[in-house]
Amino acid sequence: MRKDTTFDGRRWHDMGGTAAGPVPTEQHDFALWEKRVDALMIIASGKGHFTVDGLRRVLEDMGEEAFETMTYYERWIASVNQNLIEAGVYTTAELAQRMSKVAARGPTYGEATCD
Amino acid sequence: MTERRYMRVRADMPPGHVRTPSYLRGKVGWVERTLGPFPNPEQLAYGRNATPLPLMRIRFSMAEVWGNATDAPDDTIDAEIYSHWLEPAEAPHAP
Amino acid sequence: MPHDHHDHMSPSGHPYRPDDDHPLTYWQQMEIAVRELLIEKGVTTAQEISAQIDAMDARNPAQGAAVVARAWTDPAFRADLLQDASAATREMGFDIGPMRLIALENTADEHNVVVCTLCSCYPRNLLGLPPDWYKSRAYRSRTVKEPRKVLAEFGVTLPDTTTVRVHDSTADMRYVVIPARPAGTEGWSADALAALVTRDSMIGTGLPKSPDTA
Repeated sequence: MRKDTTFDGRRWHDMGGTAAGPVPTEQHDFALWEKRVDALMIIASGKGHFTVDGLRRVLEDMGEEAFETMTYYERWIASVNQNLIEAGVYTTAELAQRMSKVAARGPTYGEATCD
Repeated sequence: MTERRYMRVRADMPPGHVRTPSYLRGKVGWVERTLGPFPNPEQLAYGRNATPLPLMRIRFSMAEVWGNATDAPDDTIDAEIYSHWLEPAEAPHAP
Repeated sequence: MPHDHHDHMSPSGHPYRPDDDHPLTYWQQMEIAVRELLIEKGVTTAQEISAQIDAMDARNPAQGAAVVARAWTDPAFRADLLQDASAATREMGFDIGPMRLIALENTADEHNVVVCTLCSCYPRNLLGLPPDWYKSRAYRSRTVKEPRKVLAEFGVTLPDTTTVRVHDSTADMRYVVIPARPAGTEGWSADALAALVTRDSMIGTGLPKSPDTA
């Protein structure tokens, strides 16, 4: 396998000055679940469980493929979760079991959310 | 106009979470204003206690950052750079 | 197979909410689980989450437009805003939280435009959440290198005699552009002027509306 020897340390998210196409004009309205992700980030970081730099660090470490294939708030919830586990707010086992329980409630977001 | 205080951004390329854009590393600009101190994001990102650092808004000319690849050399870029990434420098070209 | 409900009404006669009737995604499953765990652990409450969503929904470009219009009509406020934009906007009654804001004034000689090349930092606590294009690779990549070409895509063409100042939001400060007041608005009230101030004009990718079209 050929090894890439050209990497200079610049990370994928550090985009300033790189070539890119026209600025896209599509706009989407935020769904309720996306607003909830935003709110969880502001609340949990506001209470000192992690920082916005912790959020960014995980987003960066998720890599370019995540940037290209996941939506903004999909990446955010992945990072919020990672930071909360690192902070010891809950364990991976607690998350795992809760996610299974959520999925068992029904096949749509409306059915799976308790409110 | 008061005399410009020039700074060079360190050209280091570490891994991990840093807030110094790579396109500015090694470039010389002048201090637009000094802010802070603010906690070092390179420590905050890993849940560590963070050292308060001065934060400087550095103004760069397009010519300094992009050389001939810019169509408006006198346009500028301002960025906030934490002090540990900055070193005093001479003016990059005759003012 | 997922299908589009845009043209359908729920049994209650309301449009389906798109996030409620599409198949549950892995990441939505995670959001629900994280939210429930945070509530159970006492980190937050359902009420606090709702209040935070409401607070974010209430932040929108009209808040920034009110700040700009006051800066155009109240010289003392303009001076305060340029000195300390966080304090000046709080003094107007806007809840900007802990945000540290700098106001950048456009003039005949200078045009300011704001970008975040490393992520998508934005003055969200004044203007609300950023537009999708602000978070795009294209905007983040190109604005620091070819701002005039990017501005042209937004319909803003500046004379060579105007210096473009790009601001990369790399750290703790957020930025709002105070666009130049349109000619032909002498004597207008702050409320009437605010209606000319667009979101993009406060990012620097737009200009205020012309008084003829308002």
